[in-house]
Amino acid sequence: MTTTDNPPVQEIGRDRRRKEDRRLITGRTRWTDNQAITGLLHISIVRSPFAHAEIKGIDTSAAKQVPGVVGVYTAADIGADAVQLPCAWPITKDMKSPQRPALAGSRVNFAGEGVAVVVARSAAIAKDAAELVEVDYDELEPVLDMEAALADGATLVHPELGTNENAQWVFDSGEAGSGGSAAEAIAAAEKADDQVVVRRRFRQQRLVPVFMEPRSTVVDPTGEQLTMWSATQVPHILKTMLALTLGLPEHKLRVIAPDVGGGFGGKIAVAPEEVVTLLVAQKLGKPVKWTETRSESLLTAHHGRDQIQDLAVAVTKDGQIKALDVKLLADMGAYLGLVGPGVPILGAFMFNAIYKIPAYRFDCRNVFTTKTLTDAYRGAGRPEATFGIERMMDEVAVELGMEPMELRKKNWISHEEFPFTTVSTLTYDTGNYEAATEQAMTMFDYDGLRREQQQRRQRGDVKQLGIGISTFTEMCGLAPSRVLGSLDYGAGGWETSSIRMLPTGKVECVVGTSGHGQGHETAFSQIVADKLGVGFDDVEILHGDTQSSYRGLDTYGSRSLAVGGIAIVKAAEKVVEKARPIAAHMLEASEDDLEFTAGKFSVKGTDKGVGIADVALAVFAAHDMPEGVEPDIDAHATFDPENFSYPHGTHLCAVEVDTETGFVQLYKYVCVDDVGTVINPLIVEGQVHGGLAQGIAQALFEEAAYDESGTLLSGTLVDYTLPSAADLISFDTANTTTPSTTNPLGVKGVGEAGTIASTPAVVNAVLDAVRQYGVSDIDMPTTPYRVWTAINSAKGTSGRGDEADVASPGAGLGSTASDISKGDTQGGHL
Amino acid sequence: MIPASFDYVRPTTVDEAVQALVDGGEDAKIMAGGQSFIPVLRLRMGDPSLVIDLGGIPELRGVREDGDQIVVGAMTTHHEVTRDDLLARHVALIAEATKTVADFQVRHRGTLGGALAHADPAGDLAAPTLALDAELVIVGQNGERRVPAADFFEDYFTTAIGPGEILTAIRFPKYTGWGARYEKFNRVAQAWSIVAVAATVKVDSGTITDARIGLTNMAGTPVRARAVESALVGQSMSEETVRAAAQAAAEGTSPTSDADAGSDYREHLARVLTGRAVLAAAG
Repeated sequence: MTTTDNPPVQEIGRDRRRKEDRRLITGRTRWTDNQAITGLLHISIVRSPFAHAEIKGIDTSAAKQVPGVVGVYTAADIGADAVQLPCAWPITKDMKSPQRPALAGSRVNFAGEGVAVVVARSAAIAKDAAELVEVDYDELEPVLDMEAALADGATLVHPELGTNENAQWVFDSGEAGSGGSAAEAIAAAEKADDQVVVRRRFRQQRLVPVFMEPRSTVVDPTGEQLTMWSATQVPHILKTMLALTLGLPEHKLRVIAPDVGGGFGGKIAVAPEEVVTLLVAQKLGKPVKWTETRSESLLTAHHGRDQIQDLAVAVTKDGQIKALDVKLLADMGAYLGLVGPGVPILGAFMFNAIYKIPAYRFDCRNVFTTKTLTDAYRGAGRPEATFGIERMMDEVAVELGMEPMELRKKNWISHEEFPFTTVSTLTYDTGNYEAATEQAMTMFDYDGLRREQQQRRQRGDVKQLGIGISTFTEMCGLAPSRVLGSLDYGAGGWETSSIRMLPTGKVECVVGTSGHGQGHETAFSQIVADKLGVGFDDVEILHGDTQSSYRGLDTYGSRSLAVGGIAIVKAAEKVVEKARPIAAHMLEASEDDLEFTAGKFSVKGTDKGVGIADVALAVFAAHDMPEGVEPDIDAHATFDPENFSYPHGTHLCAVEVDTETGFVQLYKYVCVDDVGTVINPLIVEGQVHGGLAQGIAQALFEEAAYDESGTLLSGTLVDYTLPSAADLISFDTANTTTPSTTNPLGVKGVGEAGTIASTPAVVNAVLDAVRQYGVSDIDMPTTPYRVWTAINSAKGTSGRGDEADVASPGAGLGSTASDISKGDTQGGHL
Repeated sequence: MIPASFDYVRPTTVDEAVQALVDGGEDAKIMAGGQSFIPVLRLRMGDPSLVIDLGGIPELRGVREDGDQIVVGAMTTHHEVTRDDLLARHVALIAEATKTVADFQVRHRGTLGGALAHADPAGDLAAPTLALDAELVIVGQNGERRVPAADFFEDYFTTAIGPGEILTAIRFPKYTGWGARYEKFNRVAQAWSIVAVAATVKVDSGTITDARIGLTNMAGTPVRARAVESALVGQSMSEETVRAAAQAAAEGTSPTSDADAGSDYREHLARVLTGRAVLAAAG
């Protein structure tokens, strides 16, 4: 038996290289599209070129003649028109839900909706034949503008619903008892001499998640269990939803998410194409594959964001915020996705952000349009809210003539005040906004850059400097099941892990989360290694297959570590507790005299001990078990958190705006994030970098635009502008650490933080550079054309760029009517 | 996406390629580096029955000196153009512009001849070719002809290359000792130009003695900014004179409007970028 070892290296906190990267970056893995099954057939989906049209007829005869075509089916042929794809988040009792078929039967409601499917022996043949399917459409009026869609007499996307409004969801702190009435506070401020009311309208443009691996699904119906491989974030939810939606016996289904190349929320879905692939496979009794093209992905995979935000803040002239009123219009697109209606509602709890706001009202109307549906995209509701409030803080500072960081300091929750229950009823467990801000300001050389900005202004430089702030927090680690229940969400928020102790002392750890690029295998191995005292390389993380991992709620909302990681800790603790009596028996000692450290049970005060691997082998043999103890130290645990986790941070951005061309160049970016205990600093930094890139991209580059007939203009990656590393700068990142008290590791989510925080920092910086010319707002993305046009419009100089859509109609101070919501309070509060 | 099916040949001489093109008729298409052509096929915007790949013809590759001209084979890759000593010494402008084309991967496959024959108004190599008064060598069944760049670019995606003809080489006059700058404006590094300005100037003892300026994406074809050129020649080199001369940059242009830029913005950019390009070239 082992007695002396080198002191074990603490794995938690170590910057381990990712163990999954060898196979990922050398291409030695099998994505869904690589699954090779004998007799595999391929499908291509015929899609509508029109945003809104009646289907008068479909002629499949020419396509059926193509050699190699196995079948051509309309929606009715495979029952795809009768399917109701699930929406798991009915946000109000009377929410309006259209039927969402797997293929359109009689009417298409967005450009790109599937109307027929071709099955062939190769993907190329299927594509060729799909072009021969003749569809006779009768065009209807598209519905594209949210405000017009809600007006009387508007064309209805779904006439059977009688309205284009999906739901209205209201939270009012006066009614909830968590604060005062925002309407009253704003009305009082209008009359008070020492207060002002600042109103702004912001636009959250529509984005496309653009995961690297396109979506793909393979269905093999030939075994006892029907097996679906899919490029999904949610294999467990997909399995259960397929069972519920299609009436299939759940135990006859197996869903596998093999290595998945990114998702960013875009693969949280029960996609119509997954269902069509399954229906075709069932009809033919043969394995079938669907893999989308990039253009199909941009057109039909769900989009994100797309809100109009009307904000009003009542504030005293010395900078104390008295009330916040938020009115949102959120574009659902043509149908409701799996969690689509709930996405803007997540923002309800985040508009008040890190600030002590005494009165708050949130009123969101979800609207149907004839566009691709929207659903979760990295941050899901929280980036929208963070953008709104952090842009607003700068606007208020400008109105009051205050330094924007001073205004924030004046209103934020100080570190002595935690735990703090907010006006939107969340309880923030820990945080230290002062510490993160102080470190960020120092790293950024805030005062130095303000001086440089002043000097450039005085000199009238062509390139002017702008400085933007975002002091954000977010709620993540989705989530406490109790809270999700109160929000009418259709599932819980727990997570599960099982640990299997193998006879040779190696460990298999099964998890219910489903990583798709995050580095779970590495970070989770580090946790197991520390908790069981085994080697990092002696741990295998098993995930993404409902046969090995039968129980889980998958990966989204920065939950995998903060919820799933804790389930691993709990399972490891159970393994140790199950091993303890066996170890005591082996050592001929009392259990009470044993201590477990660094993978070894030792008898206190002696040099006697057995390793956990020794116990695993003894259990395997089972020759000499203590009386009444089963020969098994494997364990299973489920963790349901009491609360979300609340990462926060201070992001500071400096940009150079070329005032001759409008070009925005990032100049300096500093962020200090508090994500609690860090398991792997390298992975955390990677998450922050990627998150920043996506958040900055919303500010400067990306937009999914439609023309007046409802055609997506950004249907290729030539037209949908994504940045590359060449367009970004080196980010200066750091962490402060205030461990979360809502979980035993003290961790907070990090997957979305960078995206949530960065967008307003960049836009605030752009505006800070050009406010001197009278510019008050520029819609995202702040393209050179928009910036140049805004400068010229404000200056009244030539070259107004009349074609540029610089800002939403009516944007700017005083643009929104002062009527605070009259809507009924529907939906819940925490 | 998957292209429609087509036949494919890879000739090894220019004569074979011309013969294949003539035999293939209207539905035969030439492929050079494929950096624009393959996306066209994949998006099914084009549907040729025969693709003739010029990649197997050694005589179409390479850079050589021929008297007072530098001759670049049509199938010379962008990467080779950026690394060539003869071009760096005598035709710096084309090398500078080529460095801004897309990314490393594209530059290793894309070719100068392919880019010019494609004649995308937002492509980066037509404007310098025009500004440099290059000659384009075109071969057909009746032999070789040389077309001045000013006559080569006819319209959007349209050139003087006729049916059954292939662009085989580009002949540049020498601009030894001239300064050069390609000032490219785009939203992200790997995108096409919104507007770009190709400028090469000769400065002697502080006086601009000669200038050539071409504009990218200011019309359906590249445009020569002749008014700026004449305004510059003979002037003493200073920021003021250059910026004043650059005010004429948009004369004779007819830029398009799209989501990234209205025509007025493009005209403005042409003026600003021309000033910057000339200053950098002279610097």
